[in-house]
Amino acid sequence: MIRVILPPHLRTLAEVEDEVQLEVGGQVTQRAILDALEASYPVLSGTIRDHVTRQRRPFLRFFACAEDLSHESPDAPLPEEVASGAEPFLIIGAIAGG
Amino acid sequence: MSKVRVLVGTRKGAFILTSDGKREQWDISGPHFGGWEIYHIKGSPADPNRLYASQTSGWFGQVIQRSNDGGQTWEPVGNKFVYDGVPGTHQWYDGTPHPWEFKRVWHLEPSLSDPDSVYAGVEDAALFRSADGGQTWQEIPGLRGHGSGPRWQPGAGGMCLHTILLDPRDPDRIFIAISAAGAFRTDDGGQTWRPINRGLHSQYIPDPNAEVGHCVHRIAMHPSRPQVLFMQKHWDVLRSDDAGESWQEVSGNLPTDFGFVIDVHAHEPETIYVVPIKSDSEHFPPEGKLRVFRSRTGGNEWEALTKGLPQKDCYVNVLRDAMAVDSLESCGIYFGTTGGQVYASADAGDAWAPIVRDLPAVLSVEVQTLP
Repeated sequence: MIRVILPPHLRTLAEVEDEVQLEVGGQVTQRAILDALEASYPVLSGTIRDHVTRQRRPFLRFFACAEDLSHESPDAPLPEEVASGAEPFLIIGAIAGG
Repeated sequence: MSKVRVLVGTRKGAFILTSDGKREQWDISGPHFGGWEIYHIKGSPADPNRLYASQTSGWFGQVIQRSNDGGQTWEPVGNKFVYDGVPGTHQWYDGTPHPWEFKRVWHLEPSLSDPDSVYAGVEDAALFRSADGGQTWQEIPGLRGHGSGPRWQPGAGGMCLHTILLDPRDPDRIFIAISAAGAFRTDDGGQTWRPINRGLHSQYIPDPNAEVGHCVHRIAMHPSRPQVLFMQKHWDVLRSDDAGESWQEVSGNLPTDFGFVIDVHAHEPETIYVVPIKSDSEHFPPEGKLRVFRSRTGGNEWEALTKGLPQKDCYVNVLRDAMAVDSLESCGIYFGTTGGQVYASADAGDAWAPIVRDLPAVLSVEVQTLP
């Protein structure tokens, strides 16, 4: 199972209290995780990446294994620790604004 | 006994204020969607318990919420706003072409007859409609496609379609307004549109007869006279007696004719309200006095309404969607401020009192009059 940690506002929107666990078929990439996340929680569509361009929203970042993966290709394989569920995939809101 | 429900959108959530017809004691619920910007909440005239809310965030984008029980519970519905066809470009601040990009929904206008039908005015300016209770949205492309779209330019707050007025006598006629493109009208249910800005004069536009480019802040109409429109422009208060074909300035004796809100008394079509703001570079009331101005003559002759409003050291703003009226026998007027106050008058503006003082900055106020 893939583990995903959402920022608090998206946890509220998706009505989940803790981390989300997802089944991801095939290679585990950012795109595969987000596809699975949006399939399980349609309310999150458009809140993490654009509906049309599929680009990450500018004030969000993707982290895993203490690495900022935000600028990696969405189709690049994620670390084995994420694929095995040992480490979560983190979606983090920028610390900004009032 | 009748009740009123005041729907307040703020920078950090939605609040719902309810009272009986006396409008003296208020119950306050919220924040709903705490931490999110709620640009607008509005109820369906055909089913007052059906509410729509625009929930937005710089981090997470757009969410549309829908309630079927007057705001006690909510469910997120569709948030996919995709421009029809190739979006094209409008003018950027520096005059260069800039691609149309969806940013947020500023205003939701439910149909007068069908609770599942609702319009959305968005930034970058376009008009969308849902026919399935907000689950899916389709652009009404005739507005951006009518020809002047490439010349539209954003105002300081963004290029937003902020006003949608549905003609109660003619379902094919809709008025909309965009900052800073101007006002537009369709007479065929949205297929074709034309600018209705003749008579508007804006100092920053070189061509005095420019058909687009005017920073219209708000338009209001009385439902019994949909051909009569009142406008608060960036500067100037105006009226039109011919459905926008021509406009005449009616600023009269206002202390300043800059402002954002304008609204019409529920039972007196010639009684209108504005909140003058000092200037476009000083977004607060003149002299630190928060005053609503009322004209009982459809403009030109204005009286200051001050009873119950702060008359010194007040430097809040009242944004364009933040005034509304109820339709009780003694018409109630409501407005919200960027300081988080929502003021109400149960006697058409003669006396005011705050319903609540310390909300986040208020973006919008709507009122429902309930049986």
